[in-house]
Amino acid sequence: MTTNTNTTETKTHAVNLKSLGREQRSNVLKNETTCISTDNLNLFYAEKQALQNVNLSIPEKKVSAFIGPSGCGKSTLLRCFNRMNDLVDGCRIEGKINIDGSNIYEKNVDVSELRRRVGMVFQKPNPFPKTIYENVAYGLRLQGVKSRRVLDEVVEKSLRGAALWDEVKDRLHESALGMSGGQQQRLVIARAIAIEPEVLLLDEPASALDPISTLKIEELISELKDRYTIVIVTHNMQQAARVSDYTAFMYMGEMIEFDNTDKIFTNPSKKQTEDYITGRYG
Amino acid sequence: MIKKWFKSGDPWIWLNAAAVSASLIIVLGLLALIAVKGLSHFWPKSVMQAQYVQATATNSNPESLRIIGEVHNQEEVTLEALHGMGVHLELDALTATRILLKTGNRDISGADFKWMLQPYLKDEQYPENIVVLERREWGNFYGFLKSVKSDNKTVASEDTAWQELETQLERAELIYKQIREIEKDDIGSINYGMEQIRLGKRRLELEKEDTPERIQKLDLERKQLEKEYAVLEQDLKKLYKKFNRDSIIAETMSGQQIEIPLSKIVRAYRPNSLNIFQKIILYFEKLWEFVADEPREANTEGGIFPAIFGTVMMVLLMSVLVTPFGVIAAVYLREYAKQGAFTRTIRIAVNNLAGVPSIVYGVFGLGFFVYFLGGNLDQLFYPEALPSPTFGTPGILWSSLTLAILTVPVVIVATEEGLSRIPRSIREGSLALGATKAETLWRTILPMATPSMMTGMILAIARAAGEVAPLMLVGVVKLAPSLPLDTNAPFFHLERKFMHLGFHIYDVGFQSPNVEAARPLVYATALLLIAVIVLLNLSAIYIRNRLREQYRSLES
Repeated sequence: MTTNTNTTETKTHAVNLKSLGREQRSNVLKNETTCISTDNLNLFYAEKQALQNVNLSIPEKKVSAFIGPSGCGKSTLLRCFNRMNDLVDGCRIEGKINIDGSNIYEKNVDVSELRRRVGMVFQKPNPFPKTIYENVAYGLRLQGVKSRRVLDEVVEKSLRGAALWDEVKDRLHESALGMSGGQQQRLVIARAIAIEPEVLLLDEPASALDPISTLKIEELISELKDRYTIVIVTHNMQQAARVSDYTAFMYMGEMIEFDNTDKIFTNPSKKQTEDYITGRYG
Repeated sequence: MIKKWFKSGDPWIWLNAAAVSASLIIVLGLLALIAVKGLSHFWPKSVMQAQYVQATATNSNPESLRIIGEVHNQEEVTLEALHGMGVHLELDALTATRILLKTGNRDISGADFKWMLQPYLKDEQYPENIVVLERREWGNFYGFLKSVKSDNKTVASEDTAWQELETQLERAELIYKQIREIEKDDIGSINYGMEQIRLGKRRLELEKEDTPERIQKLDLERKQLEKEYAVLEQDLKKLYKKFNRDSIIAETMSGQQIEIPLSKIVRAYRPNSLNIFQKIILYFEKLWEFVADEPREANTEGGIFPAIFGTVMMVLLMSVLVTPFGVIAAVYLREYAKQGAFTRTIRIAVNNLAGVPSIVYGVFGLGFFVYFLGGNLDQLFYPEALPSPTFGTPGILWSSLTLAILTVPVVIVATEEGLSRIPRSIREGSLALGATKAETLWRTILPMATPSMMTGMILAIARAAGEVAPLMLVGVVKLAPSLPLDTNAPFFHLERKFMHLGFHIYDVGFQSPNVEAARPLVYATALLLIAVIVLLNLSAIYIRNRLREQYRSLES
């Protein structure tokens, strides 16, 4: 398969989405309200194009997974949703990303405010060198919350939400760095949900963890999806199949296919997707 | 065979180990030399009495001189050399021993030390009743106590004299303390107050606001102070009268009897009659005096407390000034400035600043801080004191600032390194929670970089505490009349000159009128300087390690 045909196909896909409009969309996202949508998104690292014409509608309060081979741009796409790519020198973006209907790349957007609404958890657990309590309270303190009572309440609620409360309730004021990797990752999730975001972006949240911790994180994801729109990037196709409602397959910076997880894994409409799923490349 | 040995890498290991041991030996040897030479100075040595008979071929019946003194040093001289000096000794050996005797009594004999030829010394003994008097002037006295006088009447003589002397000396010491308190603290602060009133008047005059009421108010205050002074003066007069009541009659080695007022004596002891425990107690007394007292006799006697105080205060002031400055500069360079040719140039310049000879900073400090900044400050804020300068003259503030500039590159480099070591994921984690860049810096990055800042500060302290050359230009003096910190508001007197251990070494070693007496003090002061630097560093390292503990698992 040449790159040429590849591009054409994607274009057709995009055109399909656009021209077929509601019919196509309702086919993919039946009865779902869109939370995040991208509109002809292109992203360049200096001269190199990392994302090509990505068009995508991520449904609200569902888990959407991005899969694809290394370097296909799935993390890059994820980091566009809370403008984390702004930190990268020489990164340039064309197109639009709408969250709740407004473009987050408008000039007057308050990036801090955006990141408060769109939380993110990274590949490697990155707790701050503070106590467990202070880690969870960090976001609230940034917003100027000082009341001990409110803080206590939110910390407990968030830790319970991240299924960590029972393990750490007796050592809230010990350093977070003394926890295991899996606990640290759940702490980071607790930290993220403490500020009540709408969207939770998970960038390979379990890739640095052991199988048991991975299982716990996956359970947590399914619990959280009732309240948050979750977008997860993963290398692990089984994981995507287990936790997500929708799956997007990306290849070489393009969005090849986005559909129901069941459909992607059982009856993908693109040959590239099928090749990847069946392990022919990637 | 040899080739194989070289190939095995063994010679390389040996070479490395040799280099390490050589440096260790050098350091330890240096410390040991300084410690031994410096600390042995305070040990009460036995005092020898001997007959000095200068027998020569021409003079068959030479006179016999009694000499008394501490053996300070001895060396071998060849007879030939002695011959050249006009001394004709007839001995079987080729060399003769020459001893350096500390005979003291500078007021009588004019010199503290004498070289004596061992062959001329006869009848050496260590009589128990030889007394050593440490005096406020004229150095030590060696001799025999004859009697103690009070109000010009002899109250004790010969056997009972020593006990009487000890009790009366204690009394004198108490009175001396009271006198010092009044002179230094009470009268000192009255003088300070008077000066403030004078300056206040002058200021009113300059500002053309010298209304009669204001002048009157100041005059009233002045009168009040004068009244207080009059009372203190009376007290002093009484105290001095009591202080000068007693004196002793003592016999020198030549048999001359002299009278020494008790008020001139700091300490009296009979070294030959002391047992080892008494000597140890005396040793620590003298050591404590060295650390905690003020210098006497052009810095060759007494203690060096003002120098210790000055050094520590100057270094602390320097770290308080340099750390925020260096950290802010480093944060800008690392976090905000666009990395490129320009920041690279700045970094190179900063690193090179650390290599500029320190005296250059001294010259800069004198020109910029003292004359320019200080001069202008005087014009603006202290016009009433002119033409005598307040800040427009070397002082502890300018010294600290000069050294702060000298050490700022170290702090910048260390902080930058610490900032660059903080993992990117921590920054992203904070930003992802909605923190701005500044919030991330303040709440996460800077606290995590504190160990590196402390490292920078430690290096800065190490460098600054050892610098002497620039200080000579910007604030250090041989003898400072008052400490830069006292009980008179505003307590910190940053414009004052101060004493410094490093400069003290130089001063005592090279500018002293009494070289032999000063030499051990050079070692003792050097030892103390090292101790102060080590102490400052250790406390900074302790703080840093405690901080580092918090962040340890992150650095792996």
